[in-house]
Amino acid sequence: MNTAASSAAGLFEGFFEWFGNLGIFFWQVLRAAVTPPYEWRELIRQLDEVGSKSFPVVVMAGSAIGVIISLEARYSLSRFGAKSMFPATLVYSVIQVMGPLITGLVVTGRVGAGISAELASMKVTEQIDAIEASAINPYRYLAATRILACILMLPLLTLVADGCGLLMGWFAQTLVEPLSFHQFIQDGFKGATFSAFLPQTFKTSVYGLIIGLIACFQGMRTRGGAEGVGRAATNSVVLASLFVILSDVVLVKFILVVFP
Amino acid sequence: MATAYDIAMKQERSEDDGSAPVVAVENLRKTFGNHMVLNGISLSVNRGETLAVLGRSGTGKSVLLRLIIGLEKPDSGSVCIHGQNIAGLALDRMGEIRKKMGFLFQHAALYDSLTVAENVAFPLVHHRKDMSRSERGERVKQLLAEVGMEGNLDTMPSDISGGMQKRVGLARALALEPEILLLDEPTAGLDPISSGEIDDLILKLQRERKMASIVVTHDLHSARTIANRLALLDQGNVVIEGTFEDLQQSDIEFVEDFLKLS
Repeated sequence: MNTAASSAAGLFEGFFEWFGNLGIFFWQVLRAAVTPPYEWRELIRQLDEVGSKSFPVVVMAGSAIGVIISLEARYSLSRFGAKSMFPATLVYSVIQVMGPLITGLVVTGRVGAGISAELASMKVTEQIDAIEASAINPYRYLAATRILACILMLPLLTLVADGCGLLMGWFAQTLVEPLSFHQFIQDGFKGATFSAFLPQTFKTSVYGLIIGLIACFQGMRTRGGAEGVGRAATNSVVLASLFVILSDVVLVKFILVVFP
Repeated sequence: MATAYDIAMKQERSEDDGSAPVVAVENLRKTFGNHMVLNGISLSVNRGETLAVLGRSGTGKSVLLRLIIGLEKPDSGSVCIHGQNIAGLALDRMGEIRKKMGFLFQHAALYDSLTVAENVAFPLVHHRKDMSRSERGERVKQLLAEVGMEGNLDTMPSDISGGMQKRVGLARALALEPEILLLDEPTAGLDPISSGEIDDLILKLQRERKMASIVVTHDLHSARTIANRLALLDQGNVVIEGTFEDLQQSDIEFVEDFLKLS
């Protein structure tokens, strides 16, 4: 009993210690990010790494989600005699729920793991120390650029995923029951306002912050050689995925309250 | 025992007469967990002087270098660079001091995603904004020529030997024309010929640039070749500090054993 209690206490302590260190890391990155010199060249390189190179996987994931929702929605709506609701169901499901979340999770897997493994490898081979020894702030050069790239690129990738999801969802529907794309878009967005979609898209910047921050934090505090690199990448993906989903709970409620 | 005021006054006086040590370490202590690595070490190095720090593995030699360049924080004691205590300096303030220092890591720590030339250019890109691309290119070529690596500009670090990586690491450490050079095991893991070449290179650089250098090494022959003074560490303390002849004449058992077995 005592052992179970002490291990639970240890787990809690470890969790709070991790959170505390993450907070300190975030503060150091924030401080480095807002003071010159700015690392524009590295930021552009990271925008390409996070954005352009995630494009194909986001296109595929978004398309697949569109087809899945289309198949499920057609079946469910037919049962309730609400087939006319199909365009709006697809548009709202993709843009408000699945597009942002799937983009967040896909980018967590591709970019989060990549950033974490890269920084962890640099850490264990003393390359991060070499950067610091060269009088370059690693929080600015390595972490701030990567986190900012994630924050900026996530909404754009979400728009791509949404677009592909809608296109492929419409295409899947058209194969069974022809519907013009113009009609689909008109019905889907009928009565919709920007505030119904924009906050849902731009909330992914918060996902970007979470993904970039956790990946950089896990990578830059790695210890223990190749095993440590693997552990950093795994932990980064698991924790970032978890926090992306948990943050969505808060963000959805926040958006419903602020943009009713 | 000297007070902080005495030390400060001593530093001020010696700065006035131009004889201030470039690097001065006073009562430096560092522990990792329960393991005491450095137990109150005091050392200093003047301009144009090379100090070799010797000792068994795990006696804190590399930690001493990391403390001097600020990659680790001491538990107590001070590290003064040109008379300025670096303890507690913010990262960007520390950066200004680090620009005067070059550090060769034990395993070179070259950036594995950059070519040899890009590695050497890295500090220049960040700190010499006044240099044009072509000037920077020329400077990189010149630095690599100094270490005998001018033929490997576009090679990736993974495609060159350990000795060549150390040469490139040395060229990178020299890029900002440092006043202080810190070398962590520059000849470790190298064959005797490559070790000799690295030693010759360090001697040549010392003659030409008059830097203050601290070399951490296990290699007594190398230390004797390149250093003016040697300091032997054991269990976190300086056992003896002096010339090679001083070490030879010492009747301290540890020193005798170290010299006999090296």
